[in-house]
Amino acid sequence: MTIAPIESSNPLRDPRDKRLPRISGPCGLVIFGVTGDLARKKLMPAVYDLANRGLLPPGFALTGFARRDWADQDFTQVVHDSVKEHARTPFREDVWDQLAAGCRFVPGDFADDEAFDNLVRTIQDLDRVRGTDGNHAFYLSIPPKFFGPVLGQLKRSGLSAGDSTSWRRVVVEKPFGHNLASARDLNRVLDEVFTPESVFRIDHYLGKETVQNLLALRFANTLFEPVWNRGYVDHVQITMAEDIGIGGRAGYYDGIGAARDVLQNHLLQLLALTAMEEPVSFQADALRTEKLKVLGAIKLPADLGSGSSFGVYDKGWQGGELVRGYAEEEGIPNSSRTETYAAVRLEVDTRRWAGVPFYLRTGKRLGRRVSEIAVVFQRAPHLPFTTTATEELGQNALVIRVQPDEGVTVRFGSKVPGTAMEVRDVNMDFAYGEAFTERSPEAYERLILDVLLGDPPLFPSSQEIDLSWQVVDPLTTYWAGRRPQKYPAGSWGPQSAYDMLAREGRMWRRP
Amino acid sequence: MAAAMITDLTRTTAAAVGSALSRARSREGAATVGVLTLVVSVSERSAAAALECAGEAARAHPCRILLVISRAPAGATRLDASIHTAGPREHVTLRLYGSLGEHADSVVLPLLLPDTPVVLWWPGESPDNLGASVLGRLAGRRITDAAASADPLGALARRAAGYSPGDTDFAWSRITPWRATLAAALDNGFDPVRSIEVSGASGNPSVPLLGAWLSNRLGAPVVIRTSRGPGITGVVLRSDHAEIALTRPDGRRASLERSGSPARLVALARRTDAQCLAEELRRLDPDEPYAESVAAVGKVSRAKARKRS
Repeated sequence: MTIAPIESSNPLRDPRDKRLPRISGPCGLVIFGVTGDLARKKLMPAVYDLANRGLLPPGFALTGFARRDWADQDFTQVVHDSVKEHARTPFREDVWDQLAAGCRFVPGDFADDEAFDNLVRTIQDLDRVRGTDGNHAFYLSIPPKFFGPVLGQLKRSGLSAGDSTSWRRVVVEKPFGHNLASARDLNRVLDEVFTPESVFRIDHYLGKETVQNLLALRFANTLFEPVWNRGYVDHVQITMAEDIGIGGRAGYYDGIGAARDVLQNHLLQLLALTAMEEPVSFQADALRTEKLKVLGAIKLPADLGSGSSFGVYDKGWQGGELVRGYAEEEGIPNSSRTETYAAVRLEVDTRRWAGVPFYLRTGKRLGRRVSEIAVVFQRAPHLPFTTTATEELGQNALVIRVQPDEGVTVRFGSKVPGTAMEVRDVNMDFAYGEAFTERSPEAYERLILDVLLGDPPLFPSSQEIDLSWQVVDPLTTYWAGRRPQKYPAGSWGPQSAYDMLAREGRMWRRP
Repeated sequence: MAAAMITDLTRTTAAAVGSALSRARSREGAATVGVLTLVVSVSERSAAAALECAGEAARAHPCRILLVISRAPAGATRLDASIHTAGPREHVTLRLYGSLGEHADSVVLPLLLPDTPVVLWWPGESPDNLGASVLGRLAGRRITDAAASADPLGALARRAAGYSPGDTDFAWSRITPWRATLAAALDNGFDPVRSIEVSGASGNPSVPLLGAWLSNRLGAPVVIRTSRGPGITGVVLRSDHAEIALTRPDGRRASLERSGSPARLVALARRTDAQCLAEELRRLDPDEPYAESVAAVGKVSRAKARKRS
C-alpha cells in the first residue's frame, strides 16, 4: 500500500511510470551496536541488498558505532564479511565498491561525550565528501536499557536535530518497554529528542510485506469479507510458535516472558489486522485509526484463571534431540517464574465480533516454528446427510500462514470418491512462494528503505503500544503470584491451554 | 529438484500436446502452476539462448513457456513438440513446418494456461505491427528487442509506427536503472533543465530512447552524441547555472556529478536479457511512458540529423 504519490515537482516522476523505483535522496545510516547479531546477520546484509537493487542513493554512507578499537577499514571488512555470508542477493564488486566507499566507524562508549562529538565530526565529514546533505538515520540496535543514554547523547551533541532542509530519524526495536509505565517512559524520552514522525518503531516479526498481504487478502477480494464476522465465524486462533529455546538470551528473556516478548506486540497486531474494519485508505494513519479501534475494544476474560494459560518448557525430546528445560538453561535462577508459553482468550467488543473468541498463543520449544492466523467457521446449520456421512467433517477454516511458507490454506469438506456418501476435510493451498517465486524482500530491507524515504511506517504507534500494554499488564500481574505450568519441550503447550478451549467445546489446531 | 521429464511428439496436434502435458503433470504429482503463459517466437538458431533467458526469468515468475519455431515454410505441414517438465517448471518447444507457421495461433491457443495473462516475446526479428500479428493478437503484452534486429534504429521506428497498448521493447527495460538514477537526482529539486545531452554507442536504440524520454519529460532539446560505448556512456542535464552529469565509461560503474556536490559513485551495470525479461513480466499493463518516448524518438533523430548537416 504505497502511500498515494504526492504531486511531485520532479518532471521525471510520472505516476504511470511504474518501472521507476523510489530511491531515497542523499543520506546516511548510523548503526549503534554494529557488533551484535542483528546488525551482522540482518541490517548490514539488508543495506547491501538495497544497494544491489539500486534503491540506495549514490553517495550513501554507513557508519558503525561500537566499543571496538577499529579503524574504518576494519569495519568495512566486517560489513564485507557479513554481506558475503548473509546477503540475499548475489555479491557484485561494483555494488560493493559503491557501498564500501561510504563505510565509516566511530569507536566509543555510550557514556562517552568525546565519542559522540567524534560522531558529529564524522557525519559532517560525510556531508562534505559523500554529499549526504545532513540527512541521517540512527538505528538503535542495542538493548533497551541503553536507549536512554544514547538518545540523551544524540540530543546533547545536536545530532538529533536536522535543519530546515535536512532530516534526522531514529529507529528503535521492540520491546517497547516491559509494561505500560515503562513504555510511557520510553515514549517520553523519544518524544523529547525526536518528533513523532521521525521515530520508527520496529517489530521485526511483523514485516510490512505480511501486513500488506493480509490487507490485500481481506480488502482486495469480495470472497472473504461477507463471511468475516460473527454470523459465520466461530472463533479465531492466532499462533506464533518457536521451536527454539531461549538460547543465550537468558539475560534478556528472564523476567520478560512470552506475553511481553510476543503477545503484547506481534499477536495483538495480528489480531488488530484480522479484526479491524476496512480503512478508508491504506495510508499509515488511516490504518492506525482502525487498528486503534480494535485494540481499544479488546476485552479480557472475566476470570483470568480459566481464560488464560501460562507455562514453562520442561526438558523433553524435540525433533529427535533431548533438550533441557527452561529452569536448567544457563543463567536462569532457580526462583524464576518467567513464562515461556502464554495463551489467552480475548473478545473484541464490536458489532462485527460480539461473542467470537480470539484465542492467542505463543511459546518457545513448541512442536515447530510457525506463525498463523486461523479463522474457524461455524458448522453448517443443517447437514442434509446421514450422520455417518459427515462423521469426519470438521469446521471450515481459512488459515493465513505468516511464516514459514507464507500463504493461505482453505479447509473444507469434500466427498470421498466412491459409491458411499462420505464427507471429509480437505485442504486447498496457496503459497506466495509458488505463485510468485520472486523472493519477497527481507522485512529489514523494506524497513530501512521506509526509514530512508521517510515513508510513514506501518509499525505500531505509541498509542497502539499503550493500548496493547493495557491488555497485557492485567495478565502478567495475575500470573506474577503464580507458578507457570510445565510442558514438555517439543509439545504444543501446557495442559491448561488445552483445557481453556476444551471447556468451550473447542480445540487448538495443530499448526 | 525433480529430474526433468522429456516427452517428444512428432507429427502431432495441439490436443495431443495438451494431454501429454497433463499426463506429465499428474505423473509428477504436481498441479499446473504458473501465473502466465510466455510464448517465445524465435528462430531455430536463437532458440537455445532464448530458452535459457526465459527459464531464468521464469524463476521470478512461474510460467508456462511455449517456444514457437517456424521451419521450412515451403515444405509439408507438420507439428513436432518436445515437452519438458521439471518440478514446477515446464516448457514446450513447438516446431511448425510448412504453412502451419502462418497459423501458429491455432497451435498456441489450446495450450495457454486458463484465465491468466499471455506474454509474447520476440527475442530476434519481429513483425511490424505486433498487436495485429498472428501470435501478437493472443497476447496482452508484446515484448521485442530492437537491438537484436539487423537494423536496430529502423526497428525502433517501426515500433513507434505500429504501436498498440501492451507493446514494449528491451531498449526501454535496459535503461530503467539510468532513468531511476536520473529521476532520483532530480528529487531534491533542480532548476528547469535547458538542454540535455545523451552519449552512447552508435546504432544503440536505447540512446535515442533515453534522449526522447528526457526531452519529453523535461521539455528541453536533446543532443545525441556518438561514443565508443559500451551502451550508453553518459547523460548531462544543464540548467541555467548548474549541471548534473551521469557518466559510465565502462558499462559497470557510473559517477554522478552535480555542481556544488562531490562526485558520487553509482553501481550501474548493464542489464542482462534475463533481467530485462523479468522486469517486463513484473507488470502486465500498458506502459504509457514507453509509448510516449518511442513516439518521440523520430523527433530526436531528426534533430540529430539537422545538427550534422
